[in-house]
Amino acid sequence: MSLLTVKDLRTYFHTRNGVYRAVDGVDFHLERGETLGIVGESGSGKSVTCYSIMGLVPQPPGRIESGTAMFDGVDLLHCTPREARAIRGKRVSMIFQDPMTSLNPYLRISEQLIEPLLIHEKISKADALQRGREALEAVGINDAARRIHYYPHEFSGGMRQRVMIAMALITKPELLIADEPTTALDVTVQAQILELIKKMQQELGMAVIFITHDLGVVSGLCDRVMVMYAGRIVESADTRTLFYQPKHPYTRALHRSIPSLQAKGRELFTIPGMPPDVSKPIAGCAFAPRCEFAADRCLLTDPPLAEWQPGHRQACLRVQAGEI
Amino acid sequence: MPDPILELRDVKTYFPIHRGFFIKRQAGTVKAVDGVTLSVQRGEVLGLVGESGCGKSTLARTIMQLVPTTGGTVVLEGKNLTQGSATEIRRTRRDMQMVFQDPYASLNPRMTVFATLAEPLIVHRVCPRGEVTTRVARLMETVGLAPRFMQKYPHEFSGGQRQRIAIARALALEPKVIIADEPVSALDVSIQAQILNLLAELGRKMNLSLIFIAHDLSVVKHISDRVAVMYLGKIVELGPAVDVIERPRHPYTRALVSAIPTPNPDLERTRQRIVLAGDPPSPISPPAGCAFHPRCLYAREKCRLAIPSLVADSPTREVACVRLAEI
Repeated sequence: MSLLTVKDLRTYFHTRNGVYRAVDGVDFHLERGETLGIVGESGSGKSVTCYSIMGLVPQPPGRIESGTAMFDGVDLLHCTPREARAIRGKRVSMIFQDPMTSLNPYLRISEQLIEPLLIHEKISKADALQRGREALEAVGINDAARRIHYYPHEFSGGMRQRVMIAMALITKPELLIADEPTTALDVTVQAQILELIKKMQQELGMAVIFITHDLGVVSGLCDRVMVMYAGRIVESADTRTLFYQPKHPYTRALHRSIPSLQAKGRELFTIPGMPPDVSKPIAGCAFAPRCEFAADRCLLTDPPLAEWQPGHRQACLRVQAGEI
Repeated sequence: MPDPILELRDVKTYFPIHRGFFIKRQAGTVKAVDGVTLSVQRGEVLGLVGESGCGKSTLARTIMQLVPTTGGTVVLEGKNLTQGSATEIRRTRRDMQMVFQDPYASLNPRMTVFATLAEPLIVHRVCPRGEVTTRVARLMETVGLAPRFMQKYPHEFSGGQRQRIAIARALALEPKVIIADEPVSALDVSIQAQILNLLAELGRKMNLSLIFIAHDLSVVKHISDRVAVMYLGKIVELGPAVDVIERPRHPYTRALVSAIPTPNPDLERTRQRIVLAGDPPSPISPPAGCAFHPRCLYAREKCRLAIPSLVADSPTREVACVRLAEI
C-alpha cells in the first residue's frame, strides 16, 4: 500500500476578485522511501497541493473543495484535529523555502528544535536537548553543544536551512515535504543541502516530496517527477522518462527553454504568452493558448490525465491520439 | 581590435563599520570590492558571477557611481568618473544605465508606464516635449510591449512584463553600457528565456555593452562573451564564457561549475561533484592570503601567506591562484 495517496484534490481561494482554482483536481501517490519531485512555475499550485495535505491552507479564504489524502490509512483532509496533530510534525514534516522567516527570531534554536519532541514524545527536557544536539550534529553543524543555544540570526542562511532540516527530522518522520528548500541559497550551499537531504533520506528511509521550479535539482534527486500547470498535473513519470522522453508539450517546452550548461545556442526557445489566470474559467486545455501543437479541440475538450505507458501519465489530447 | 568603452583600474570600494550609539567609532571595514581591474569592449556582454556577498552588486553600483569609490579609477570612454563632479557624473549617467533584479521593487507603483519612461527623456532633455509620447511608444515596441498599455500602472503587469518596462527605461537614453543586476533571477524559466533573448537581441542591434550579473552560471554562459568570477571582492578568474565554464581553471570556479545541478539525470547521478565545505567567509575579516583557501581542496601553506593576483594563464584567460601550475 502506498504511503500517501491523494485523490481529486481541489483547493480554491475565495477572494473578492473571484475564485482562484489554485489546485484543481490533483491525483498522485507516493511509496515508502520514494522521492517525488513536483515541478512547476509560480502559481502552478505545487505549494498549495502540499499545504493542503499538511493542513496549512488558511481557511478562509482557502477552501478544500474536494478530495482525499490517505496517509497510512488516515485521510488527512477529513480526520479530526487530534488525529491530524498525531501525524503532522511527527510522521510528516515540512521544510520551507526561506529559513530566515520560518524560524522564530525570538527563540533560541534549542527551544524550537526540541519542541516537536516535547509535543509528540514522552521525554524529559534534558533528554530532548541531548537528542537536539545529536540532530544538529547529524546535519553537519559542528560544536552543536554550544551552538544549540544560539539565536537564528547567529547562523548563516545555509546553516539555518540545516537547523530547519534537523528540526523536521528530529521525530524521524516517514514523509518529508520540502518546499523549494534551496531556492534562497547560493549554488555551492545548495549542493551541500541537497547532499544532506539525500544522506538523511538514506539513513531514515523516509519518503520525500520535493517541490521546485528547477528541473536541474530534480534530475539528481528524485525517483519520479510530476509537472504541474495551472493547478493540474500535466505529466508524471519516472525521472529518466520525464527528462529523456517527455510527452506533454509543456514539459517539452520547459526543457527547451532552459539555458543548459551543455549547449550554447544563439537564441533560447521561449514559450509565448503567460500562464493563464486561474480565477477565470478555463475551457479545454489550460496550456493550449501557448502550445505550438494546439488544435481546435484542445480549446474545447478538457484533457484527462491518462496513462500513456505504465507509470507514465500525461494530459495532452493530441499525444493521446498519437498525433504528436 | 580591442575597443574598450569602460575600464576599471584597481577599483576598491570599502564600507566603514561603526560601533556605538552616541559615540560612533569605526570598528572595521568591509572590503566589498577590493582591487578589481577589468575592461569592457564596445558591444560586448560581460558576465559577472559569484555567490551572494561576493561584491558583484557593489561593483555594479561603483561603476554607476552610486557609491563612492575608495580607490582606483572607473573610465568611461576616456572620462574618469571617479574624479568627476556631480554634474559631470549626472551627464555620464546617460551613457550608463542599470536594470535591477526585482521588477516589483524597482518601478514606482504610483507612476504609469508612460510617466516612468518619459521621466528620463524629460530630465535629460532628449527630445522636445511634443515628441515624448512617440518616443515612449517606440520604446515600448522595442521591448515587446504594446503602446496601448502606456497609461497602465506596474501592478497591472506580470513580472516578465515589468522587467521589460525596466529595460525600456534603461534604453530610453540610448546608453552605451547597460548593467543588469540579476535581471532574470526573480522570473520563471519560461519568462526568463524571453527576457534573455530580448537582452541579447537589443545588445546586438544597438551595439550595447552589457554587464550581466547573475549567480546562475548556465544563464551567464548563454548570454555572455566573457565571464568574470568574483570571490570576496576580487576577481579570481576571467576569460571567454564558454571556455571558463567548460574548462574552469581556478579551484573556486571548478567548485561553482560542479555545484550546478543539470537537467540530465544520467549525468547528474554519475558525475563527481565537488561539494565545498562551509559558507563564504565574512568580508569584514577575510582570511589571510588567498580568501578562498579555507574552503579550497588544493590549499597549501603558501596559500595562507600570499594574496594571489590575477595573472594570464593563456592569451585570453586570467586566473588568480598561486598553485595554478601545480593543479
